[in-house]
Amino acid sequence: MTTTPANTQKKAIEIDGLNFFYGATRSLRDINLNIFDKKVTAFIGPSGCGKSTLLRTLNRMYDLYPGQRAEGKIIYKGKNILDADQDINLLRAKVGMVFQKPTPFPMSVYDNIAFGVRLYENLSKGEMDERVEWALKKAAIWTEVKDKLHKSGLSLSGGQQQRLCIARGVSVKPEILLLDEPTSALDPISTVKIEELINELKEEYTIAIVTHNMQQAARCSDYTAYMYLGELVEFGETDHIFMNPVKKETQDYITGRFG
Amino acid sequence: MTGEHSSKQYDHDLETIRSKVLLMGGLVESHFHDAMSCFRTGNADQAEAVIQSDLEVNRLEVALDDMCSHLIVKRQPAANDLRTVMATGKVITDLERIGDESTKIARISKEAHANRRGTAMFNGYETVRVLAGSVADMLHHSLDAFARLDDAKAVQLIAQDAIIDNDFRSIMRNLITFMMEDPSTITSSLNTLWVAKAIERIADHAKNIAEHTIYIVEGKDIRHSDYVAIKQDQKVDNG
Repeated sequence: MTTTPANTQKKAIEIDGLNFFYGATRSLRDINLNIFDKKVTAFIGPSGCGKSTLLRTLNRMYDLYPGQRAEGKIIYKGKNILDADQDINLLRAKVGMVFQKPTPFPMSVYDNIAFGVRLYENLSKGEMDERVEWALKKAAIWTEVKDKLHKSGLSLSGGQQQRLCIARGVSVKPEILLLDEPTSALDPISTVKIEELINELKEEYTIAIVTHNMQQAARCSDYTAYMYLGELVEFGETDHIFMNPVKKETQDYITGRFG
Repeated sequence: MTGEHSSKQYDHDLETIRSKVLLMGGLVESHFHDAMSCFRTGNADQAEAVIQSDLEVNRLEVALDDMCSHLIVKRQPAANDLRTVMATGKVITDLERIGDESTKIARISKEAHANRRGTAMFNGYETVRVLAGSVADMLHHSLDAFARLDDAKAVQLIAQDAIIDNDFRSIMRNLITFMMEDPSTITSSLNTLWVAKAIERIADHAKNIAEHTIYIVEGKDIRHSDYVAIKQDQKVDNG
């Protein structure tokens, strides 16, 4: 693994010797990397390289599936989140996730946001209204939905649904947002809006994004990790990775030499 | 060093650009050679041929810049591919300028010969012969280093430019001396000076091509820096 930046950056998450198994198959091998605070870190690599798997360890999403287990350390706020005594629900409030396919709940736009908040906080109606508006504004979708908060989340367009999911993610005041190919299913205009949104959100949140679109990684991220067959091949500042990567394998991938 | 793209079309596009750049390089080298020959002989027809042949070089510049733009829009090149395309765009410009300098030499040769008044004492060509030979070599090697991505050779070529600059200054001092001693040589001396200046400019462009080669290979933009001086010092220390 190669690290290029001078590590004076504050770390939000430190991944140390992470290994991941689907049953007997090891799909992440000795991953060591840092996710820096209030920066966007992009994960790129061919299908099956483990980037989504890695993302899903960061909020223990894999816990939902039997036979999947992680070993090693993922240090968040001084604690290894892989420990058995980690409060998973609290973790998932602080480390939010948005998936490739927009997944609004089959409820109103308002309730899509309020549902998550209610799990963690006891807000009055007025406070909840404020929180819903705040979250929808953060996701740059308020003006489009403010007159249809009671319409179903499913009635929105794809791009709007995805922004609703991002609003839902930020409504519970996370510190970290995990975005798993957030624009793969969206048209170019929606994609641009989400990328602009990521740029604004990183002022306040640490963001990790998995993407198949290399230009998106080059545009949106501060740091890029290139993964292959479950290993971290190279990690560095995005400018460096895309202009002059250290490893030939990285260069081959980003220049389309898939050999 | 780098393998093939998974897209054959991409490789084909890159190869087309590469071979056209080398063609342009070859043309520009031979025009310089012909222009110097004109300066020696004063052959007006040959001079006219050099001037006309620059049109082909200009056409290649336009065509190649267009091909590079198309490659960028289609492929969004990254890393070494991006550096190659950006550097190629700059090399094309340097080659076109070299073509312009050769054209200048041919024009001066035509006019100088038409207007000469038997200044048999003054041999302009002999004054610049050695300089022209050095620069022709330098140009040839810089194109070769670009084609082979030989950054070590490129570093040597960049260092050579300082020597050419010195030689040009010597020639200028000589010519000024001639002019002071014998004002009837002023016209021929000035013509020779412009030719020497054009040759010196060709060396500058050859140096630029070497700098672009280093950019492609090492990813370092060393223009306006003392990268080469530092490298030379390192060699002395290690050598």
